[in-house]
Amino acid sequence: MAFISSGYNPEKPMENRITDIGPRKYDEFYPPVIAKNKGKWLYHEYLQPGVLVHVAESGDELYTVRCGGARLMTTTHIREICEIADKHCGGYFRFTTRNNIEFLLDSKAKVKPLLDDLAGRKFKGGSFKFPVGGTGAGVSNIVHTQGWIHCHTPATDASGPVKAVMDELFADFQQHRMPAHVRVSLACCLNMCGAVHCSDIAILGYHRKPPMLDHEYLDKMCEIPLAIAACPTAAIKPAKVEVKGEKLNSVAVNNERCMYCGNCYTMCPSMPLADTEGDGIVIMAGGKVSNRISAPKFSKVVVAFIPNEAPRWPQTAKVIKGMIEAYAKDAQKYERLGDWAERIGWERFFEKCELDFTHHLIDDFRDPAYYTWRQTTQFKF
Amino acid sequence: MAKHKTPLLDQLESGPWPSFVSDLKQQAEKRAKNVEGIEFQIPVDVVDDLLGLLELSFKQGRTHWKHGGIVGVFGYGGGVIGRYCDQPQMFPGVAHFHTMRVAQPGGKFYTSEYLRQLCDIWDLRGSGITNMHGSTGDIIFLGTTTPQLEEIFFELTHNMNQDLGGSGSNLRTPADCIGQARCEYACYDTQDLCYDLTNEYQDELHRPAFPYKFKFKFDGCPNCCVASIARADMSFIGTWKDDIKIDQKAVQAYIGGELVPNGGAHSGRDWGKFDIQKEVIGLCPTGCMVMDGKTLKINNRECTRCMHCINVMPRALRIGNERGLSILAGAKAPILDGAQMGTLIVPFIEAEAPYTKIKETVIEPIWDWWMEEGKNRERLGELMKRQGLQKVIEVLGVDPDPRMVQEPRSNPYIFWKEDEVPGGFERDINEFRKHHLR
Ligand code: HEM
Ligand code: HEM
Ligand code: HEM
Ligand code: HEM
Ligand code: SF4
Ligand code: SF4
Ligand code: SF4
Ligand code: SF4
Repeated sequence: MAFISSGYNPEKPMENRITDIGPRKYDEFYPPVIAKNKGKWLYHEYLQPGVLVHVAESGDELYTVRCGGARLMTTTHIREICEIADKHCGGYFRFTTRNNIEFLLDSKAKVKPLLDDLAGRKFKGGSFKFPVGGTGAGVSNIVHTQGWIHCHTPATDASGPVKAVMDELFADFQQHRMPAHVRVSLACCLNMCGAVHCSDIAILGYHRKPPMLDHEYLDKMCEIPLAIAACPTAAIKPAKVEVKGEKLNSVAVNNERCMYCGNCYTMCPSMPLADTEGDGIVIMAGGKVSNRISAPKFSKVVVAFIPNEAPRWPQTAKVIKGMIEAYAKDAQKYERLGDWAERIGWERFFEKCELDFTHHLIDDFRDPAYYTWRQTTQFKF
Repeated sequence: MAKHKTPLLDQLESGPWPSFVSDLKQQAEKRAKNVEGIEFQIPVDVVDDLLGLLELSFKQGRTHWKHGGIVGVFGYGGGVIGRYCDQPQMFPGVAHFHTMRVAQPGGKFYTSEYLRQLCDIWDLRGSGITNMHGSTGDIIFLGTTTPQLEEIFFELTHNMNQDLGGSGSNLRTPADCIGQARCEYACYDTQDLCYDLTNEYQDELHRPAFPYKFKFKFDGCPNCCVASIARADMSFIGTWKDDIKIDQKAVQAYIGGELVPNGGAHSGRDWGKFDIQKEVIGLCPTGCMVMDGKTLKINNRECTRCMHCINVMPRALRIGNERGLSILAGAKAPILDGAQMGTLIVPFIEAEAPYTKIKETVIEPIWDWWMEEGKNRERLGELMKRQGLQKVIEVLGVDPDPRMVQEPRSNPYIFWKEDEVPGGFERDINEFRKHHLR
């Protein structure tokens, strides 16, 4: 392959350089019906799961067809989305924050042909390319991070468990039978790029072993002070070690203080912590970000550990399905999963979801832990 | 023929949900065939090797990526994440596999024309694999080599009027909800404020000068669709001050069953006849609604704008007219003393372009304080915790307001400032002893 220059001159990087121009302006991409009615929408309705209509003061209508998507997406797939948009809606579409794709149509007549077209598009392996759904009181797409596809600290994969869990929850992606929205998120390590901490259900990758120390290479490959400074719990200190008779500068890790966050590995490749048995999944539940009825709240740890069972993570999928079914059966209309758990009490939650309560689930991390213990005589038998 | 056997990944091709494995395979095939005769600037088999590497991770339960070291484009401190594979002999196509963050347009609206142009660049100069989108909001180009970084940047800026996003200890690419573009709940123009601040603070976005990362997120109303309250160092959440507008006829239509509650969000199950008392009035967290005969009455002074009633009856109830936003600050990780939601620091501020008041009386004073006092890798929320909400109030130069707290303190350990106590702290012990013997 021959190198094709863009016009950039490495000898003179500043020549014709354009910087600090930011993103393209949002309104360049508005379909005409949005450009015209922005800020003047009257109401919206879900015509069926995955299909919304928004009605403007002018009487104009905007139809949205929402489809699930894997956020890991190739240009082949994006080009197919473009082709669909050209065919049905003048080339206009958008993505939601939960990685759904939305086709934006300006008349009702265009909805059915689009739905028919989408239903027929499948990948070679048999899965839908564009399943319609993800609205209302159902389960929307899972927001997630990189996992084994691209990151150096994951304790689990991201795209794999997401595919497995969404297959399990698929019917509820296309239905409105839940008491309220159900939001599921995944972060593949506790750095939580994806901020899974306020989801109805969160899948979190978690390491359980402190880093290994590659003493022979450590001083050569790493800035030791940086590795030490990276540790949030101050578990790392400098150490002199002897390897094959040679005295070396290295580090020591206080295993008891280590929270397996991998920050040291980010700074120092000689401190890897990935481990087949050590790594796996923590399940958290009951968080939300909306201010509706009750205040936003954090998710709580409800399963301390599930091993990584590639390729389909059956236990993880089963636990999540079980929780969602228990919630669907027992919660009141408009009640989010966390509100339900608080109303019935967490003791009931574990019972109804058939989950074990183990010592790992009792907070022992610093001061705030105390306030999560029961400080009243009110509890349920 | 696939380059590597992937028996584990193949099991992720079945089932209804879109399979990323099938998608990657079609991409690998397309590159191998190369019908269009593209002069690929990185290995043709990059996607095959990614599949092979991922299969190995699936087999072993361990990642095969190393942290990337410093790569980037000239003059920018972020926007590129370096990545190398730890099995380059087995998978040379992904030996170097850096990501680039491309700043997404507000509301994530696109035209096919624009995205095809992006795809053309990325097919030529990268793997053709993306994230639509990363969790910060950017379009993520996943996988290219170091020499291509400047080339891609050059083509983005010169041919597409398009910049990179932020990473590192700087302002991260801000993100917004769809807001007024489509949502009747939006109390301000999230996309415009997001775009305005993104451009105003390009320097902060591209050149790390902060103690740590900093995120802005914009939600048009308290439903918080982009989760700003949990994910942003500074969250901008739309709200209003005056009365919820009521269309009494529509209220009756909901009661009568002509209109479906919550826009039909609960259509999948028979929840029984709509009961306004139970479903709206009874769930109002402040108890500020009553039915007076056939008239729905809201005591708006007591309403906390939780959105519930409006969500249930969008055609009968509408947000008020005196609109603006609330600003919360300090959401962050539990590390080390527990996760934090944003704290309300500005109960209400107008949100009219050019947003001077927001910039000059809120954002900039807060940044100045954080850059002055923040330790390395100390998030704003941690500094707030260390120095107190009082300090934030001082920095903003506003009066303390009970709206900023959940409840007043339950300990009396008030640290008085010397000038608040008449006479100050310096006293004459001998004068005291005249009245109190030793
Ligand atoms: C229970 C209260 C909620 C209500 C009534 C609500 C309502 C809405 C409405 C009406 C829209 C559509 C706006 C439009 O597209 O015209 C929307 C969009 C959305 N909502 Fe919510 N929402 C709620 C809670 C949440 C929560 C808790 C989350 C996430 C954790 C969420 C995530 C989203 C997302 C991702 C979108 C698409 C927005 C975008 O991409 O900009 N919503 N929501
Ligand atoms: C100190 C701890 C952290 C480290 C070492 C870290 C490291 C990384 C790395 C290496 C990536 C690149 C993943 C890839 O594309 O290969 C990444 C991505 C990202 N990080 Fe972090 N991160 C940390 C904390 C956080 C936190 C606390 C947040 C936000 C709440 C965050 C938000 C993100 C986001 C949004 C991405 C984009 C990745 C995606 O969309 O999947 N990071 N982080
Ligand atoms: C209730 C449980 C947890 C919640 C709600 C939570 C939430 C979060 C959130 C929201 C972030 C990113 C926030 C941001 O910076 O914007 C984050 C980052 C992080 N979390 Fe967690 N997390 C939880 C448990 C843990 C645990 C158990 C650990 C470690 C043992 C941990 C370690 C970290 C680390 C190291 C970061 C990155 C630190 C930083 O950027 O400041 N988290 N977490
Ligand atoms: C915040 C500061 C506090 C103040 C101003 C305070 C004040 C008082 C006062 C005025 C009494 C009645 C004394 C008497 O009968 O002569 C009292 C009793 C008592 N205080 Fe405190 N107290 C404080 C904090 C605490 C704390 C932190 C504890 C324990 C952890 C505590 C435990 C008690 C107990 C056990 C009694 C006796 C209660 C009884 O006789 O029924 N106090 N306190
Ligand atoms: S959550 Fe952790 S492992 Fe996953 S992409 Fe983010 S930093 Fe990497
Ligand atoms: S994994 Fe995290 S807590 Fe453990 S030593 Fe490394 S930096 Fe410290
Ligand atoms: S946050 Fe509010 S204004 Fe924005 S999309 Fe969600 S419901 Fe609409
Ligand atoms: S917005 Fe919430 S607090 Fe206000 S009247 Fe409606 S339900 Fe009550």
